[in-house]
Amino acid sequence: MADCCNEFSRSSLLRRAAAEAGSGLPAIEHGMPLPAGTGLDRRSFVARSVGLALAVYGAGSLRLPMLEEGIAQAASTAPPASPVLLSVFLDGGVDTLSLLAPVGDPDYRKLRPKLALPDSSLHVGGDDRLRWHPSAASFQTLHNEGKLTLVPAVGYRDADQSHFTSRHYWEVGATNAHLRTGWLGRYLDRVGSPDNPLQGLSLDGELAPSLATGRVPVAALRGADEYSFWAPGVWGEVNDKMLDAIGALGATRKSGDRALAAAGEVARQSDRLRRQLAPFKSGGLASPVPYPKVDSDFPERLAGLAAMLAAGLPLRVVALNAFGMYDTHSDQPEQLAEGLKVTSESLLAFQRDLEARGLADRVLTLVWSEFGRRAEENGSNGTDHGAAGTALLIGSRSRGGVVGELPALRTGLDRDGNLKATVDYRSLYCSLLEQWLGADAGAVIPNARAYQRVGLVK
Amino acid sequence: VRAAARIPVYTGPFGPEQAERLLWRAGFGPRKGEARRFAKKGLDGAVQTLIHPGREKLRGPAPHDGDGHRLAPGDAWGHDHVWWLDRMVRTSRPLTERMTLIWHDWFATSNSGVGSQTLMLRQNRLFRRYSLDSFERLLLAVTRDPAMLLWLSGTDNKKGAPNENYARELMELFTLGAGRGYTEHDVREQARALTGFENDWKRGVGPTNFRFERDRHDQGVKRVFGKRGRFDWQDACRLCLKNRSHPSFFVRKLWSYFIPTPPPAATLRALERMYVRNHYAVRPVVEAILRHPHLYSGQRMTKPPVVYTAGLLRAAGRPVDTDAWAWLNGLAGQQLFYPPNVSGWNDERWLDTATFLARWQIAGRVLRPLVLDTKTDQAPLDADKLVERALSFWGHPTVSPATRRSLHGFARASLGTAKSSWKQKQYPVLTENALRHLIAASPDLQTS
Repeated sequence: MADCCNEFSRSSLLRRAAAEAGSGLPAIEHGMPLPAGTGLDRRSFVARSVGLALAVYGAGSLRLPMLEEGIAQAASTAPPASPVLLSVFLDGGVDTLSLLAPVGDPDYRKLRPKLALPDSSLHVGGDDRLRWHPSAASFQTLHNEGKLTLVPAVGYRDADQSHFTSRHYWEVGATNAHLRTGWLGRYLDRVGSPDNPLQGLSLDGELAPSLATGRVPVAALRGADEYSFWAPGVWGEVNDKMLDAIGALGATRKSGDRALAAAGEVARQSDRLRRQLAPFKSGGLASPVPYPKVDSDFPERLAGLAAMLAAGLPLRVVALNAFGMYDTHSDQPEQLAEGLKVTSESLLAFQRDLEARGLADRVLTLVWSEFGRRAEENGSNGTDHGAAGTALLIGSRSRGGVVGELPALRTGLDRDGNLKATVDYRSLYCSLLEQWLGADAGAVIPNARAYQRVGLVK
Repeated sequence: VRAAARIPVYTGPFGPEQAERLLWRAGFGPRKGEARRFAKKGLDGAVQTLIHPGREKLRGPAPHDGDGHRLAPGDAWGHDHVWWLDRMVRTSRPLTERMTLIWHDWFATSNSGVGSQTLMLRQNRLFRRYSLDSFERLLLAVTRDPAMLLWLSGTDNKKGAPNENYARELMELFTLGAGRGYTEHDVREQARALTGFENDWKRGVGPTNFRFERDRHDQGVKRVFGKRGRFDWQDACRLCLKNRSHPSFFVRKLWSYFIPTPPPAATLRALERMYVRNHYAVRPVVEAILRHPHLYSGQRMTKPPVVYTAGLLRAAGRPVDTDAWAWLNGLAGQQLFYPPNVSGWNDERWLDTATFLARWQIAGRVLRPLVLDTKTDQAPLDADKLVERALSFWGHPTVSPATRRSLHGFARASLGTAKSSWKQKQYPVLTENALRHLIAASPDLQTS
């Protein structure tokens, strides 16, 4: 994490602590908001019907068997056409002027003497000035097919340049440091059920704050392949027998000693969980299309999500962090190329997977970042925090084209030298709620009437 | 200071098994051969050695991180955790370190709210200094400790605009217990008594210059527990100690760190009297608990994750040579300096399927550098001998008959797969490695 700023690493750490502890996390500096969802109680269990290890948030009064029943029931009764929204977060603030290089803007090279990208054939349909980043060719493919709506300059007035604060604003759907539920969480509170935590699923193993609810439970999933027992210096048949022996250590559960019995019971449960999750380990998922083979969980989690949707799991909103670190204060070219390549290729594979499974009409993916980056490059081959950023809406039902425009660099920068937003992020949220999720935006987004609606769905 | 005659003392046999339990409960488990040496001292000698350990000596090589660099506990992420873990592993005063851990849990302060490893380490030194001293001096020192002042809003508690955060926890969690011996009115009045702490905020440094300013203190008359006076922060603490509910709260809570079942009524009363008569001295109460029959003949306790980790390192004779312990213990549910909330860690809920896996990984990390190699090491093709060798690796810990049967069952099944001659050479070595791991993960070593 050497290339990102200290505040970035710290806020990532804090968020992890928040989700793990689930207990009032005070702001580390004055004015820093608490992540939405902080303080929600968390319980872990395996949903036997689906073989997944889940951490469930906000189900305080429910017994675990009720949750399992709720999932099974929702899976059998949820209308098969209920729309799914996937939120993919580019962590750190992705650089708009590299993702969408404005090679046709006369000021681009002046602001980016080192980092400006060369002209290429990766034209952005609908705006002659722009070229896709060379590593984001998969986004061009989707855009050309009319399955990607591009929102080049999205944000809010007087953008906050703290990762922590700006991300919080995006997550809660308001520029309010004190709001504790996420915008998607409030949507679930209106349409969700009290016993189906899978309706709001975080795929990074910890609660995504945008999914934090006030009323109904949501869940976080750790990768099935993370639950394995490795021992140094043990392999072959001895390893097989050793794994069996972990369950055998559970023999002490019949002991008269409470602690010894409880530890034995846990050994036995762990053994059972390992066996249950074994079919989901890498190689256990049969995807109809190839996903990028990289050292990252991102493509695998998307593949797993497509498989879960195909299996009829009752999901409504899902959140996942994209591959890559976008807080590119230095060494931007390398960092950005790697992140964008894996992320865009994985999202294209996910779209193809959904198409092959006949699910493409049910899922839209919103790709977003907490802000864009400064128009002028810095002295260390990178860029600093900016204002307006870029959002993408991907899916067969996405309208395509460009919504709003990337402002000209001469006139479109604010007094800090940052891009001004041409679309408010709450316009996106309200439009998605109404056009895709069929919900009353006024009940989810504070002051929803103030935000102009934009056409996002066909 | 003499233990009161009314408090029962363990009179059964004091062999390596009893010494082993004492060393786990009052420290971080025995090094190899230590249980036997402590058993020879007898109960009195063993407890005296723990209670009066003399000057601290650190045994073994100094710790470093995974890259071989010296630790930077005040700055580098996780180094605070590893620095303390190393002290638990190498110290000649295990009870002092264990008491430091107990006070960290008792006055649970999290760096997630303090935001300064330096201030957290300063608080840690305070807990160590008063580890077996007087609870009164400890409480007074904690009340004006910068990390605590930040954590529970001590410097946000202003005359005319009181913040009740510390006042409430002072009574609810630190001295009296929820709903015992105080009212909401007392919380408000104690908050007034606790005003006057200030700090500055310096760019680049953060909070600094913590102090008490008499001018900023609410000098008016307060009414606390029915008494009236112009109370200040020291009075606020002493009023709590003198509250009728305090001695029983203190003894029960301290007892619960060493013995999982509550003290019998007569023992409780005797310990309370001893505590008050000795002006809130901690040492004699701990001494009496460590000599109590329930510690040796009663139920087992689940070891907290850092105690488990430090104990495995001690037993295996391994130094702290990686900062991975910070996240591994975090996965196991105990990241030092980051208790989950102000009431500390939940000692009832250490083990579940996720933390069990984390403990398995911790054991693997301890074992990795010591692993037997099929190219250079040999092991007998004999299940019984392999189990004995693996138990000896950990210094012959006590294991229950059920676990012993599981281990033997595994060793036989594992050797049973060695059907070719190369397997008969190599599988015993692999089996011994696996046995070491299984013993470390066994319910017997998860508990003491």
